[in-house]
Amino acid sequence: MLELKGITKKFGGKTILDNIDLTVEDGKILTIVGPSGAGKTTLLRCISGLASVDAGQFLLDGKAFDPATNRDNAAVIGVVFQDYQLFPNLTVRQNVTLAPTMVLKQAKQDANEEADRLLTQLNLRDKADLFPYELSGGQKQRVAIVRALAMHPKLLCYDEPTSALDPDLRREVQQIIVKLRDEGITQIVVTHDIPFAEAIADQMLRVEPKD
Amino acid sequence: MHYVSQILPSLISGTGMTLSIFFWTIIIAIPLGILVGLGMTTNFKPLTWLINIYVWLMRGTPLLLQLIFVFYGLPIIGVVFQRYDAALFAFILNYTAYFAEIFRGGLQAIPEGQYESARVLRLTNWQTLRKIVIPQVVKIVLPSIGNEVINLVKDSSLVYVIGLGDLLRAGNVAMARDVTLIPMLLVGVIYLLLTAVCTLVLKRMEKHYSYWR
Repeated sequence: MLELKGITKKFGGKTILDNIDLTVEDGKILTIVGPSGAGKTTLLRCISGLASVDAGQFLLDGKAFDPATNRDNAAVIGVVFQDYQLFPNLTVRQNVTLAPTMVLKQAKQDANEEADRLLTQLNLRDKADLFPYELSGGQKQRVAIVRALAMHPKLLCYDEPTSALDPDLRREVQQIIVKLRDEGITQIVVTHDIPFAEAIADQMLRVEPKD
Repeated sequence: MHYVSQILPSLISGTGMTLSIFFWTIIIAIPLGILVGLGMTTNFKPLTWLINIYVWLMRGTPLLLQLIFVFYGLPIIGVVFQRYDAALFAFILNYTAYFAEIFRGGLQAIPEGQYESARVLRLTNWQTLRKIVIPQVVKIVLPSIGNEVINLVKDSSLVYVIGLGDLLRAGNVAMARDVTLIPMLLVGVIYLLLTAVCTLVLKRMEKHYSYWR
C-alpha cells in the first residue's frame, strides 16, 4: 500500500502540488486526471523519485521512504514513460534484461527466460530480437511495460499511456492494465483521457491547476 | 622511375614519423577527449570554466604556434621536451580539445529521458554511461571524429617547424635538392593513400553501428 501525506511541490515559488494526501491499495488502479498544467505528471515524477518534494511524506506498506533516494530492492516503483524511452542501442530482450542482470544480479539465462515469458504474455515474443526503431508505437509501449515488470515493481506508474495510440491500441493497453491488476499489480495511471481513466480506475484523483 | 626509387626510402621514413604522430595522438587524445567532454557536461562550474578556457586556447590559436610554444617556449619556464615529445604533447593537447567538444555535443544529444528511464530501473550512473549513453554517443560522434582523424593525418606535417623529419619535409628536402616537383607529387599520393585508409576504416565503423537507429 502506498500512502502520500501532505505532498507539496513548488517550482520557483509557484506551488504545483499543494498538500496532497492519497492512498493506493495493493492491487488497485489509481488514475490521476486533470487538465494540462495541473501537476499530474509532476505528481507521478515525485512518486517515482524523478523529482524531489518540498514537503510531505511517502509511506510504502506503512514504512516511510524517500523515492528520490530509494535504491532498495524492497520498494521498487516502475515507470512507463509517455515516450517510452526504450534504449535504442539494445534489442527488445536486452532492454528488458539489462536492469535485472545488472541491478538484481540475475543470471543471464534466468533473466532471458523471464523476459521471454513476459514478452509472450504481452504478445511480443516474436519481437525479442528486434531493435526499438523496428517497432510500432503500441509495441514500444508494451516493451516499456515488460521492461518495468521485469524489475518486479511494487507499483507501476504510467504517464499518459494513451496519448500516442489510436482507438484500437487504446483498448489494448486498457486490457493490459486491467489484466495486470488481476495479477495483483498496483498501478497508477496519469492521463487526460477521462473515458479511459473511468474505464480502468478503482480510484480516481482529480488535480486542478493552482493559480 | 629510377629517380622515384631513389627518393622513396627517405619519403617512407618520413611517413613513419607522420604515422607515429598520428597513432599516438589518436590513442591518447580520444580517451582524454571523452573525459574532458564528460567534464564539460557536469554542473561543477569551476571545472567547466577551466575546460572552456583550455578549449578556447587550443581552438583559438594555430597548432603551428602551439608547437613553437611547447618546444621553444616551455624551456623558458624549465619544462624541456625532446623534439618528438614536444610535437606529441602539442598534438595531444590540441586534438583533445577538439575531441572534447565533439563528445560534449554527443553527450548533450542524448535525451534526458534516457537517463531518467535508466534511473527508475535503478541502474547506477556508471552502468547508465557504459551500457546506454556511450554506445549512443559513439554512433552520433563517429562522422565528426572521422573529420578530425583525416585532419590529423595532414596536420602532422606541421612538425617540420620544430625540426622533425616527417613525410612533407622529406619531400621538401628532395625538391630543393633536385629542383623537381616529383617528390611533392609522390608526397601528395602518399597522403591520399593514408587518408583513403582512414576513410575506409571510418566507413566500416559507421556501418558496424548502423544495426540500430
